[in-house]
Amino acid sequence: MIKLQLPISEAAIRELKIGDEVLISGLMVTARDAAHKYIHEEWPDWLNPIMENSMIYHCGPVVKKHDDGSWSFVAAGPTTSIREEPYEASVMEHYKVRAVIGKGGMGAQTLAGLAKSGGVYLHAIGGLAASLAKSVVSVKNVYMLEELGVPEAFWHIEVKDFPAVVTMDSHGGSLHTTIKAKSDEVAKKLIFG
Amino acid sequence: MFQYDEKALKNQLLELIRLAATDLPKDVVDAIVAAQQNEPEGSAARSVFGMLLKNIDLARDESTPICQDTGTNIYMVYIPEGVSMRKLTALIKEATIEAVDKSYLRPNAVDSLTGKNSGNNVGEGQPFIHFEEWDNDYIEFKLMLKGGGCENVSTQYKLPDVGLGAGRDLDGVYKVIVDAVNAAQGLGCAPGILGIGIGGDRTSSHLAAKTQLFRKITDTNDNSELAELETKLKDDLNKLGVGPMGFGGNTTVLAVKMGALHRLPASFFVSIAYMCWAYRRHSMILKAGGEVTYD
Repeated sequence: MIKLQLPISEAAIRELKIGDEVLISGLMVTARDAAHKYIHEEWPDWLNPIMENSMIYHCGPVVKKHDDGSWSFVAAGPTTSIREEPYEASVMEHYKVRAVIGKGGMGAQTLAGLAKSGGVYLHAIGGLAASLAKSVVSVKNVYMLEELGVPEAFWHIEVKDFPAVVTMDSHGGSLHTTIKAKSDEVAKKLIFG
Repeated sequence: MFQYDEKALKNQLLELIRLAATDLPKDVVDAIVAAQQNEPEGSAARSVFGMLLKNIDLARDESTPICQDTGTNIYMVYIPEGVSMRKLTALIKEATIEAVDKSYLRPNAVDSLTGKNSGNNVGEGQPFIHFEEWDNDYIEFKLMLKGGGCENVSTQYKLPDVGLGAGRDLDGVYKVIVDAVNAAQGLGCAPGILGIGIGGDRTSSHLAAKTQLFRKITDTNDNSELAELETKLKDDLNKLGVGPMGFGGNTTVLAVKMGALHRLPASFFVSIAYMCWAYRRHSMILKAGGEVTYD
């Protein structure tokens, strides 16, 4: 297990390789479909300090609002990342984001972007919502809650020992491509004999 | 005439939702335990299954959702003659709104035109409720929470499919299912459970596929030909090596469940409802007099 503390440097991220298991601690931000669309339309400056040398978590949480107005995460597993494929490479480069955390992996454009701007793709376990919510130790702030709704708002969160696996690195490696190539071979045999 | 107390039923439905969101059924947990045993010590797949099992226990113990995507809430409701569907629909919606307040469900209903989230998980077509009348003197509510990741990899083929060499027979059905599961990789939160609808029109075919997902993992198809194909598909799909979350491994699907409808001479649809490992479904029987039992 490799411990990663946020904010993190580009050099530290470039040391990671596919298959590395990591535990992340520090401040990161959630952003998914509507948030990525918004970023691509507005490129807002207010995200700079939140995202620089930090990570984006593809997650639409179940949350609880407390009587004092504060929030906590009740269920917070990853959502499917490939939907952000059109946006992610440019978002990571623009804001110097060092990793995205999600599930299912991403495509060729993002993989090229990771190599160019210095980033990795971290795979969290889908459906691990109760456990991962425990790794979110506090909710610092929420942005655009009214406009985007609970699942799609930007939640600025502090995590401790959040577990994930590097499945795409900054050296062109992708575990998803390797697994897919093997399974394509088997599928071909099963279908065509 | 079947009578019930509306307030009591609303609360009983709320409990059904809580169970579905937080308590994975035993047949599913058993299948995941068996899958874990089938992976080598020290492998990523074995470690992922271990994490899933811990999460299942934690969600049950703390009554929090197993997965934050509490999904499309799919209800199959079986009613005796004369029970009002409109009243039951209203009660299900009331219980749904309360379940969001209690953080059992995420507000998951987005207006497709404005992009606005309704905030309470209720909207046009949400939750999805399908009614059927039956001869029994009680009501059964079956509920499944089906997340977006696995719904997005669910699909429908029409036979023949030239590219796959899939004709209009069970061999063709087999081929398109292999193709769909290979295409899905880990994206539907593998290992998946497949509900397959053969025949029908595009709509009834998808519904037949989803209805199959209400079967227990351990049951056997009444139709011996389909029973055999279910086993063959499960064994062969597990050779793909996709594994839990697509990390590689010996279990890509936990079960395959198939059903068939009559079709038009011109049409031959195969619908594939891919369900994630967080296979959240429970049912509730309401007897006249108000007694309920959950499964």
